Amino acid sequence: MSILVGNDTKVICQGLTGKQGSFHTQHCLEYGTQVVAGVTPGKGGQEHLGLPIFSKVKEAVDKTNATVSMIYVPAPFAADAILEAADSGIELIVCITEGLPVLDMLKVKSRIRNYDCKLIGPNCPGIITPGSCKIGIMPGFIHAPGSIGIISRSGTLTYEAVFQTTNEGLGQTTCIGIGGDPIRGMNFIDCLELFESDPDTKGIILVGEIGGTDEEAAAEFIKSNVTKPVVAYIAGVTAPPGKRMGHAGAIVSGGKGTAEEKFKAFELAGVYTVKSPSDMGRAMAELTK
Amino acid sequence: MNLHEFQSKQLFNQYEIPVPSGLVAKSPKEAVDAAKSLGGNLWVVKAQIHSGGRGKAGGVKLAETLSEVNQFSKNMLGQRLVTSQSGSDGLPVELVYIEEGSNIDRELYLSLLVDRSSEGLIIMASEAGGMDIEAVAASAPEKILTQHVNLNYATPKEPLGLRLGLDRPSQVEELEDILFKLVELFYKSDASLIEINPLIVTKEGHLMALDAKINIDDNALFRQKSLLKLRDDSQEDDKERAARSHGLNYVSLDGNIACMVNGAGLAMATMDLIKLHGGEPANFLDVGGGATAERVSEAFKIILANSNVEAILVNIFGGIVRCDLIAEGIITAVKEVGVSIPVTVRLEGTNVEKGRKLLKDSGLKIIAAENLTNATKKIISLANGDDQ
Repeated sequence: MSILVGNDTKVICQGLTGKQGSFHTQHCLEYGTQVVAGVTPGKGGQEHLGLPIFSKVKEAVDKTNATVSMIYVPAPFAADAILEAADSGIELIVCITEGLPVLDMLKVKSRIRNYDCKLIGPNCPGIITPGSCKIGIMPGFIHAPGSIGIISRSGTLTYEAVFQTTNEGLGQTTCIGIGGDPIRGMNFIDCLELFESDPDTKGIILVGEIGGTDEEAAAEFIKSNVTKPVVAYIAGVTAPPGKRMGHAGAIVSGGKGTAEEKFKAFELAGVYTVKSPSDMGRAMAELTK
Repeated sequence: MNLHEFQSKQLFNQYEIPVPSGLVAKSPKEAVDAAKSLGGNLWVVKAQIHSGGRGKAGGVKLAETLSEVNQFSKNMLGQRLVTSQSGSDGLPVELVYIEEGSNIDRELYLSLLVDRSSEGLIIMASEAGGMDIEAVAASAPEKILTQHVNLNYATPKEPLGLRLGLDRPSQVEELEDILFKLVELFYKSDASLIEINPLIVTKEGHLMALDAKINIDDNALFRQKSLLKLRDDSQEDDKERAARSHGLNYVSLDGNIACMVNGAGLAMATMDLIKLHGGEPANFLDVGGGATAERVSEAFKIILANSNVEAILVNIFGGIVRCDLIAEGIITAVKEVGVSIPVTVRLEGTNVEKGRKLLKDSGLKIIAAENLTNATKKIISLANGDDQ
């Protein structure tokens, strides 16, 4: 079992004909993901990577019955791509694109509230159910089917957690990179809820970072809603205040959003925290023994 | 991207948000000319730097004569102003803003920003203006009022002016008018923050923005071409600016162990790990997903421009990019740039054994570590000169 995506998931790619879209979709196809079509405005009727291209998401959905869209459309057009996917009945939108203006995301969020669809990202590595379905830019080979759910705001730190749980022999049910932007789609709580109700997920690793208060909210949620063991790690203890640390959302501003506060919130909620990113897998192995 | 006060006030002017009259000057002579053309007998000389806390640091002076305008400008221009928020090196003052003096009755605080938890804009206001708002938030949080803004500004049932205790209905209306225009400015300029501290009530009974700070969302600069022209490179760290021009993310820190990492989260985690094991990180540096020889070379150059750096930790989680290619890139870069201090490399991913062997056989002062914790401990001891 897994959450959100699995063997039967049919995926389209918005921006398939671009460099990023082509490169990563090729890897997804090799992993075994059922990518069934691409969407690039004005290129409908063509073929790319052996897949049919449509000019509109709606046409692609009608022809292929895809339920998920993976987006590599450049940042200036990515918000419109997300909204087009939502308008076309896509159930899960995974936006890999980095660099969306924050006001575009405010508009996206206020619009998609009215739809029955989920958004992952933007500025994220994507989602993977090991052995079944890889949607995004993560290296497939480090994953192994197994029992741990992983949620993270950072790409390469997700890979650390994955690699360690694979080496511990635990494997993963599903891994979700929720992205490094301040305004994003699914958040820690949305994912925690799904992992809590997935019978195959035995433990959850949560990787947070400085900025905002989503980790604090997650800690509160875990306290009263999550029965499975959770290991939490927060990056950015040494980050200077007021400086954006790569991710648009990774900034301590007005003294708020520090790693210390977040660690403290998890500890108060009884969540097992690790201070070294190298300890995530081992800690989870101990907790689920 | 940050704007200067005078640039922010020019935008306020365009949106008819009231500000005192003022002129920008590059020299004491221009400053005196500015004061003359503004007229009156009271001026404020304000150093233009991208930092708060200017007043306490001597960067805002009240001048009662033209010779004082001359003197204060002379004292500020060409200097570096160190404020509580500028960092220990301070920031260069290349421009002063000369403004007409105002008759201040009350000082308020007003800002507009993106609120992450409500996923909308939020107005923050306080009766305790003119002070460090973080200090107010810490000592008297009840003095900070908030109001959420939908996509369009609408006056709430209880206007903010009433909650702030403004004396006259006309002032409550003036504040509503300012808020409406601020929201419009925020959207049209892709701002991430607009702050007015203080927003004053003049003795004549009107509201006016005495200071102005605007930050623009970096991600939106592609469609803010006219604002992009207002960028002042002199206010940025040289290394951070050089990094940006090569598509790298770099932030200077005070330690002696540099790090080069792929991915922002892992880069922060690597800094934290150095600290956790007793070292001090010299920087944050994300080389991005590619980690090509060219990017790694540029990254080494930027790292080595910091004279405090005594050792370098490279931490690359090669995902789709192969480790042997990354190793080749590191070797080329170390040779090309001429790195003479210890370098420890932690590689993980496809072809990792091949990559480690390449590093080992390179004949360079590069240590290939088998895992991140060992790499970190090793580089700390090398930086301390423990096993040279």
